Amino acid sequence: MTTAADPSPAADTMDRPGGLREFWHYFRENRGAVIGLWVFAAFVLVALLADVIAPHDPTQQFRDALLQPPVWQEGGSWTYVLGTDVVGRDMLSRLLHGARYSFYVGIIVVAIAATGGILVGLVAGFAPRWLDSLIMRLMDIILAFPSLLLALVLVAILGPSLTNAMIAIAIVLQPHYVRLTRASVISERTKDYVTAAKVTNAGYFRLMFITVLPNCLSPIIVQAALSFSTAILDAAALGFLGMGAQPPTPEWGTMLAEAREFILRAWWVVTFPGLAILVTVLAINLMGDGLRDALDPKLKRS
Amino acid sequence: MLKYLLSRLLTFLPTFLGVTLISFAFIRVLPGDPIVVMAGERGVSEERYAELVEKFGFDKPIIQQYGDYLWGVMQGDLGTSFVTKKPVWDEFFALFPATLELSVCAMIFAVALGLPAGVIAAVNRGKFFDRALMSTALIGYSMPIFWWALLLIIVFSGNLGWTPVSGRVSLMYYFDDATGFMLIDSLLSGQKGAFGSVVQHLILPTIVLGTIPLAVIARQTRSAMLEVLSEDYIRTARAKGLTPARINGVHALRNALIPVITVIGLSVGTLLAGAILTETIFSWPGIGKWMVDSIFRRDYPVVQGGLLLIAVMVMIVNLTVDVLYGFINPKIRKR
Repeated sequence: MTTAADPSPAADTMDRPGGLREFWHYFRENRGAVIGLWVFAAFVLVALLADVIAPHDPTQQFRDALLQPPVWQEGGSWTYVLGTDVVGRDMLSRLLHGARYSFYVGIIVVAIAATGGILVGLVAGFAPRWLDSLIMRLMDIILAFPSLLLALVLVAILGPSLTNAMIAIAIVLQPHYVRLTRASVISERTKDYVTAAKVTNAGYFRLMFITVLPNCLSPIIVQAALSFSTAILDAAALGFLGMGAQPPTPEWGTMLAEAREFILRAWWVVTFPGLAILVTVLAINLMGDGLRDALDPKLKRS
Repeated sequence: MLKYLLSRLLTFLPTFLGVTLISFAFIRVLPGDPIVVMAGERGVSEERYAELVEKFGFDKPIIQQYGDYLWGVMQGDLGTSFVTKKPVWDEFFALFPATLELSVCAMIFAVALGLPAGVIAAVNRGKFFDRALMSTALIGYSMPIFWWALLLIIVFSGNLGWTPVSGRVSLMYYFDDATGFMLIDSLLSGQKGAFGSVVQHLILPTIVLGTIPLAVIARQTRSAMLEVLSEDYIRTARAKGLTPARINGVHALRNALIPVITVIGLSVGTLLAGAILTETIFSWPGIGKWMVDSIFRRDYPVVQGGLLLIAVMVMIVNLTVDVLYGFINPKIRKR
């Protein structure tokens, strides 16, 4: 909640020449955040280059190598470094391609949720009281449902697929952006620079997007980082429940669902996809913590 | 105080109506004819179709349909399950104790470990302990719990053979549902080993469901403690020569607890969402598994009713937390 308290000084530093350098200076102090950033960069690289670096086609079934263990275990081979799954698909290639889906999910969900949430939040912050209450009650209604349950039901309505899972997760995450944006807008709206802009006859559109929005961005940026990881987790959970990406898509959650029967026979088909999710989400959360520390002036000085 | 209470209740009502509206809309926004969709691949005869249209009131104007639905909800009528033909309300409350038992255990687990961890981390700020605990907490916070559950099953059920993989109690024991809470029922039954079996079944689901709340509570306790520890009255307490244990444990913790309690109250939604995954993996016969199964069986009245009941439950808990918080902290009331 401290992030929403007073974002303007941080946003100020972002705009000043050299502000980015100052941001980097604070960000770099947090070792975990830097590690998170590197891991995330590697994840993005893998997602972009999956086709090039994957040794095999992720859906190709090698019928002579079913459930083959990883290379360091007896029976493993360098052809399938991390082993194969129950129909003989190369685990490593599937994992690398899985990064692509998770990256997709993160980017698209955050883009939809943030754009929608910021727009609605700006409107709520500037709107007359009745419209503001109406919007906030609507958001309360969405927030009354546990997010995964609502996403699950939405997917049940729309039909199970990765696209629908992304839409559902975006809808569920969007109220957080509305609340954050509205809270920042309300605390900014009464400040002198906004009054000054009003006096110079700036229209609502200009007030919203050019005067106020840039000063509300830092909590939203932090939220974007955190919901990137939530989106990946929820999409994997939906995939795991059979309501997200459908087999044979090499999405990490879906891979786990397919591997469930073999957990006691072949540990690698279960361990690696989950580890991939954990490492990615952890890296993003580390980065998000660092972003918050660097962007929040209150915590920064302490 | 009364005014605050009333204003909170006033915001509760529209949200409640909205939630009923969403659950009402659920069956009606399904793509295609809801009755055909619900009938599934077997199809539906014409007489049965007409009967169902009549039963659901699809022939009436939509406003009246909603009115009828709301009236039914008020009287605890949430429709009947297609599969079991039992009222949704009865099914929900028959399964609810299982979820409640698991959630309470998970919360106890999370608080019992998270609170001391947060305090220890705050007191040792920046030292090894702090960093180790907070890194662990961040890992817990980032954990895909469905994977965590599978890992625990591999190690504790597969390799070590310590814990069972599914269910609430071993089939060897049978006792009546006096309370619905197996921990209590097994004790009441007086059978030797029954209680132990129930505990064994509870351990892994409790750990899995409690992991994320544990991480959240540890992080929240640490930051609340850090804030309180820099206050003047703590310095006064130090100057008076009180022991660190008394300062940290009594003076600081008591004030740091307020935000922590809020976090605990507000994590009910998280728990229920986690219960969906945990119960599915451990075949735990509770609300979460019931919802997932019903979605797959296209048992839409159950999905509709369960959705409403869960949302209302979360809302009531949040309202209670809000009111209690206003009760403890007068500053909130004035806003």
